[in-house]
Amino acid sequence: MRNDLIQIAYVAAAVLFILGLKSMSSPRTARRGIIWAGVGMAVAVVITFATPEMRNFVWMTVALVIGGAIAYVAARRVAMTDMPQMVAIYNGMGGGAAALIAAVEFMKPGTMPTSFAILGIIGALIGSVSFSGSMIAFAKLQGIIKKSFLFPGQNVINLLVLAAAVVLAVIVALQHTGNMGGSEGLTLVAFYVVALLYGVLMTLPIGGADMPVVISLYNALTGLAVGFEGYVLGNGALIIAGIVVGAAGTLLTQLMAKAMNRSIANVLFAGFGATAGQELAGVEGTMKESTPDDAAVTLAFAQKVIIVPGYGMAVAQAQHKVWELAKLLTDRGIQVKFAIHPVAGRMPGHMNVLLAEAGVPYDMIYDLDEINGEFPTADAAIVIGANDVVNPAAREKGSPIYGMPILDVDKAQQAFVIKRGRGAGFAGIENALFYADNTRMVYGDAQDVAGKLIAGVKKV
Amino acid sequence: MITGFAAIYIFILAAFVGYEVISRVPVILHTPLMSCSNFVHGIVVVGAMIALGSATTTPERIVGFLAVLLGAANAVGGYAVTERMLDMFKSSGDQKKSAAAKGGGDA
Repeated sequence: MRNDLIQIAYVAAAVLFILGLKSMSSPRTARRGIIWAGVGMAVAVVITFATPEMRNFVWMTVALVIGGAIAYVAARRVAMTDMPQMVAIYNGMGGGAAALIAAVEFMKPGTMPTSFAILGIIGALIGSVSFSGSMIAFAKLQGIIKKSFLFPGQNVINLLVLAAAVVLAVIVALQHTGNMGGSEGLTLVAFYVVALLYGVLMTLPIGGADMPVVISLYNALTGLAVGFEGYVLGNGALIIAGIVVGAAGTLLTQLMAKAMNRSIANVLFAGFGATAGQELAGVEGTMKESTPDDAAVTLAFAQKVIIVPGYGMAVAQAQHKVWELAKLLTDRGIQVKFAIHPVAGRMPGHMNVLLAEAGVPYDMIYDLDEINGEFPTADAAIVIGANDVVNPAAREKGSPIYGMPILDVDKAQQAFVIKRGRGAGFAGIENALFYADNTRMVYGDAQDVAGKLIAGVKKV
Repeated sequence: MITGFAAIYIFILAAFVGYEVISRVPVILHTPLMSCSNFVHGIVVVGAMIALGSATTTPERIVGFLAVLLGAANAVGGYAVTERMLDMFKSSGDQKKSAAAKGGGDA
């Protein structure tokens, strides 16, 4: 009876998780979704205390309180711009937890069925890689690790390390007796060391631009690891939630990679995101400068303005000023739309979060497919802190970014590019838009320039 | 225990559910979605509790303790960041409503 109640609670949790994820398909219902999922989690955690023959309640409670409290405080404090690394670190912890569950199960005296031992050790391998990989991703995004580590034969060495981890995993799973005293304990430790090492080696060469894809991949992997440990523990909630996230995360990873015009294999093994300074020959013309005042006049007399924000805008903390400018233009009867590239910000959808934080309503924000047809009818487009995602070179064969979907800013009647300096973009490629006849460069700090534009429009 | 073909059925069906549930999510929600799915695999905390709950030796307890600690951080942190993000998504209508609620304040 008690067991049945516990199982019913787990089923309810799994259903709530799926409904929660389902609600994520619209901004109107998304908030409800996370609350449902939260209720599911609370139910599952509370009911677990009622598991028959449970021990170590003090250890358990202390761990829950410490882990939960630290994570809660950190989550409330983190700036919205730092959201990607926050997701990375929490995700890594989930992977680590899955790996440690397997460790506990292998340390327990007595054997388990071989099929469970295999699933457990696969989960441990995936979880360990996700843990150490996510920590490296966090360190890179946080700026703790600045360099990308590339050396000849890297892929071969990584492959050998992975092979070693797999061999150790097979030994652990097949030799499992639960006696940790001798070589079995050593093998288990060696397995974890090598698995963690693989996560580090796999992530180190990947550059910052590709990190969102990697985080998303680790998110999917953690889900899978959790699902596998669910089989070992015979817990349906873990199995369903883990596998659902594993599948959903895999799809999300593909969508992100597609938006960036990269294949997942490319991201993982090529290290393009790390290389910089590729020159694109054949950009002709000169950059034409404009003052904020001149730009403001053009904006004030426009009928339709499209704003293209990039991560540079968020770095300069200019989103509030930009929203103020948008409101000012709207009040003058000008139609203002925000155009967001799928990879604007530091991960897909990140820019929407940053704009939402500034107060921009989501119905003013349009994605690439919705807005691209409208650029020819826009009197002015303002590019703020974006570069590669508006580079028309992506339409030309032979360009390193050929094929990447871009926002057609060059088709607007007039484009203003607000930029700190003359340097090339994240991918290190010259931007043909900056040299176009209908483009004017407005140099300066994004927040500063946005302020001057506001003042300029008010004067008109 | 869930074994044999039942285990495989669950795996396949859950994978389809995950794929379907996400396939129609607009780009603007990708970041909250990743964060939410990150929260959902925080269910690992339950597994960690079960593992720790049957631990009998000190090394097992220590490893189990760390598992619960990490799992709890995953679940709580994942929830808090997701909720914070989704809290900020407002439509023009919502903004007018909240402005009216504040008596035409500066919302």
